[in-house]
Amino acid sequence: MKVKVNLKKPVKPLSCTKETSLKTSDLIRLYYFLKLTRMFDEITVRLKRQGKITGGVFSSLGQEATAVGTAYALEPQDFIAPLIRDIGACFVKGILPREIFASYLGRATSPNRGTDLQFHFARLEKGFIGPISHLGDMVSVMAGVLLASRMKKENRVAVAYVGEGATSTGAFHEGINFAAVQKLPLITVIENNGYAYSTPTYKQCAAKSFVDKAIGYGILGLQVDGNDVVACYEVMKKAVEYARRESQSVLIEAITYRRKGHAEHDNQAYVPAGEIEWWAENNDPIKRFELFLVEEKVASKEELKKIESEVAEYLEQELEIAESAPPPEPITAAYEVFDNSVVPPAIKKKFLS
Amino acid sequence: MKDRKVTFIEAIRQGLWEEMKRDKSVFIIGEDVGTYGGAFKLTEGFIDEFGPERVIDTPISEAAIVGVACGAALMGMRPVAEFQFIDFISCGFDMLTNYAAKSRYRGCGAIPAVFRGPCGAGVRAGPFHSLNAESFFLNTAGLKMVEPSTPYDAKGLIKAAIRDPDPVLFFEHKKLYRLPRIKQELPEEDYIVPIGKARIARQGRDLSIITFGAQVLNALDAAEILEKQDGLSVEVLDLRTLSPLDKESILETVRKTNRVVILHEASITGGIGGEISAIIAEEAFEWLDAPIIRIGSIDTPVPFAPQLEDYHLPSIEEIVSACRKLAEY
Repeated sequence: MKVKVNLKKPVKPLSCTKETSLKTSDLIRLYYFLKLTRMFDEITVRLKRQGKITGGVFSSLGQEATAVGTAYALEPQDFIAPLIRDIGACFVKGILPREIFASYLGRATSPNRGTDLQFHFARLEKGFIGPISHLGDMVSVMAGVLLASRMKKENRVAVAYVGEGATSTGAFHEGINFAAVQKLPLITVIENNGYAYSTPTYKQCAAKSFVDKAIGYGILGLQVDGNDVVACYEVMKKAVEYARRESQSVLIEAITYRRKGHAEHDNQAYVPAGEIEWWAENNDPIKRFELFLVEEKVASKEELKKIESEVAEYLEQELEIAESAPPPEPITAAYEVFDNSVVPPAIKKKFLS
Repeated sequence: MKDRKVTFIEAIRQGLWEEMKRDKSVFIIGEDVGTYGGAFKLTEGFIDEFGPERVIDTPISEAAIVGVACGAALMGMRPVAEFQFIDFISCGFDMLTNYAAKSRYRGCGAIPAVFRGPCGAGVRAGPFHSLNAESFFLNTAGLKMVEPSTPYDAKGLIKAAIRDPDPVLFFEHKKLYRLPRIKQELPEEDYIVPIGKARIARQGRDLSIITFGAQVLNALDAAEILEKQDGLSVEVLDLRTLSPLDKESILETVRKTNRVVILHEASITGGIGGEISAIIAEEAFEWLDAPIIRIGSIDTPVPFAPQLEDYHLPSIEEIVSACRKLAEY
């Protein structure tokens, strides 16, 4: 069964929330991160088609505003655990494109030494902990980060990003409930992008909206238009202030749309005809923000073009750095299961002398 | 005169207490561990001494307990998470095998956390409070596993586990907790028992029983019978650490006695005994004078009624007759 979509063309093109505390320089910075995310994405698709990326490529297309807008409201000491479509949040937290390229390409220079893909790595000093593929697991890990931070009297909040699909897992429930009970300033962002792999939201959850789950945990729930980068920033700012001040957890549901398949191989045959095109044409987060920036006279079209070409140049440099690095030495696969000063590496036995 | 000997559970308590005194980053997290003091009262009084911030009562959420411990460990803390019974480790399986075990390897940071709890059968507790879980985790790279059988080792190993740079599963056979027979006087000074080192519980020449946990006692009892009735000299090797296995000690006892029984309490198929047999077969084949014998529980869940549970578990009689068969071979 397919849901009938009735997507009408908006009366006038969608822009972003006008009420904002963001300064011009911040708005430009947001635009930079949005473009960085999208253009990074385009390069990874290219690398996949060239056969240079052997693993899955997970696109952020159409969801850039949620990741960028929410992460931009955080302080440097705050932690995030993004999900695979939140490359924008990684960039905001200071992860370099070269690091994610290197990981995608399986290079020795990747922060995970080639042991894992995409941004499955951590940069604790930047407040960044990469996800694992088991959805929902990061919620309790982030609760643990905050528990430690409370014991050490550090003033941090943490954000666990999950998709709407992850809300069906036991790990999500246990983690968010634990954080709520312990009054930890954990902000869980549910990115409702319509699909978990091929599963539409109505097969995922019977609640009218995901934000309703907040009531069951006794925490504040907020809902936001996930394709409005300004609104995403503002809602997170509010959540962060509240979480920090009250030492309480918050649940945010960001409503967005996944325009690519689960990964690059997925042809999205399960998506009702016209749906992807409608979102691309009428509700693209970057087009909306461009309209906002021009209408509000924050930047001219030419200035935005200039940012775009700067991003393009920067990304090619970053890719060059990542690609020119060597692949890992095969034997390094044996290292770092444990601290090797305590337990020796798992070097292969040799049968022939 | 005051008995200075302590029980197994008291030894673990002492180790935990001393580590919490020594290092502010050590904290306890689990179900009913605070105000109630734990289902077995292992952490009784801890909350009064260390406060609710370091002795954390949680919801019934084993996955979250493990996940939270992992997150805190990444931030430099040394969590000691309790499973009320090791049977409930299954609810934290994903977080242990996918998060805790792989974090360092994936460049996501070390997880110096201890996951401990009461394991083992023989206490008429039925299929959900009697588990020996080691073989579930033996095939997971990145988790250490420890199971002591004496108060001395329990204290030394809990301290070593807390100070270890990587995740350690710490199994405590509940039958040993308050067993008068194994009470020991412990050193006054701080000590650890290193992870990864087995111990010879009884020296012998004719054959070896390789075992751990509460089965060490069965092995010692069988050895006693065999010495008295058959004049056999049986060596008992107490593994203490189950991952990584102390291969050297295993091979050494095989080279010494040339006959070996591997004894564990978990079901036989897919048990740790298979791994130990394979190590011996691969690396000490020419030292064997007889086939390796494995003794474990039968391949059923742990049943409740005493008659059934006793049938399920390895018995001293079985061990004795297996050793006789080996000696005659």
